[in-house]
Amino acid sequence: MIVASLAFYLFAFIAVVSALNVIFQRNPVHSVLWLILTFFNAAGLFVLLGAEFLAMLLVVVYVGAVAVLFLFVVMMLDINITMIREGFMKYLPVGAFIGIVLLVELALVYGGWVMSPQAEALRLAPTPDITQIDNTEALGRIMYTQYVYVFQAAGLVLLVAMIGSIVLTLRRRPGVRKQNISTQVNRRKEDTVEVVKAPVGKGIA
Amino acid sequence: METGMLHVGLSHYLTLSAILFTLGIFGIFLNRKNLIVILMSVELMLLSVNINLVAFSSFMHDLAGQVFTMLVLTVAAAEAAIGLAIVVVFYRNRRSIEVDDINQMKG
Repeated sequence: MIVASLAFYLFAFIAVVSALNVIFQRNPVHSVLWLILTFFNAAGLFVLLGAEFLAMLLVVVYVGAVAVLFLFVVMMLDINITMIREGFMKYLPVGAFIGIVLLVELALVYGGWVMSPQAEALRLAPTPDITQIDNTEALGRIMYTQYVYVFQAAGLVLLVAMIGSIVLTLRRRPGVRKQNISTQVNRRKEDTVEVVKAPVGKGIA
Repeated sequence: METGMLHVGLSHYLTLSAILFTLGIFGIFLNRKNLIVILMSVELMLLSVNINLVAFSSFMHDLAGQVFTMLVLTVAAAEAAIGLAIVVVFYRNRRSIEVDDINQMKG
């Protein structure tokens, strides 16, 4: 029990510190690396909460895909790093004000919040006993039955995002020489090679 | 209910998630020169929502929360892809990703 508590404090502390670094780093590449650390620690918290599958999903999807996508885009764009901090002090007061207001509101909500006694009866999908069936299998069992439409809708969201980002970034540049395979394959000998009889001593005019 | 410093309950996770969400909001307001850091701040906020959902799911013994966490993950990935595509197109047109330069729509 005490190990789990210490692990929570460790993961939570590193997550908050690295989230701060995401915001305050000067170089966006460093921000992405700190974001990866934040996600790793959140995955650790998910493991502590017994959501192993989601922890692995967080590492695979975020660290493996989203963070690498961020890194690619950051490195692709030529950003002037020295300009980035301009206006930082200008927006610090309003940002701090809104952040503090939000934090106070959240604290008020959590402070006055109590769990309803009927809450246990209102569960949509009670977690099965962990000794009988593990987290991944339990999640799969409700994902493909009770939540199958939602699951399909999530797939549709990803499809739309994929098509959308391809449509946005694809561009046809005129004046670029490209290989046209069908033209190459359709070339015939008659179209390109001409056999000429050259008279001796005269050559071809 | 035990209420020691070392007993980690639901409120600990909710506090952590509130802090991360606030940091995300803070990041959006602070980084006016770099659109990509704003997108990263949005990812932080979505992560804090995920922590909230998983914490409730775990402490209430209800798996539905984890299903919805997966949906939030999906939407976050889609949002990152589309957002970065828009940033790339914007950079192609304006040679900059400063927030102050985004005024072509005169909004």
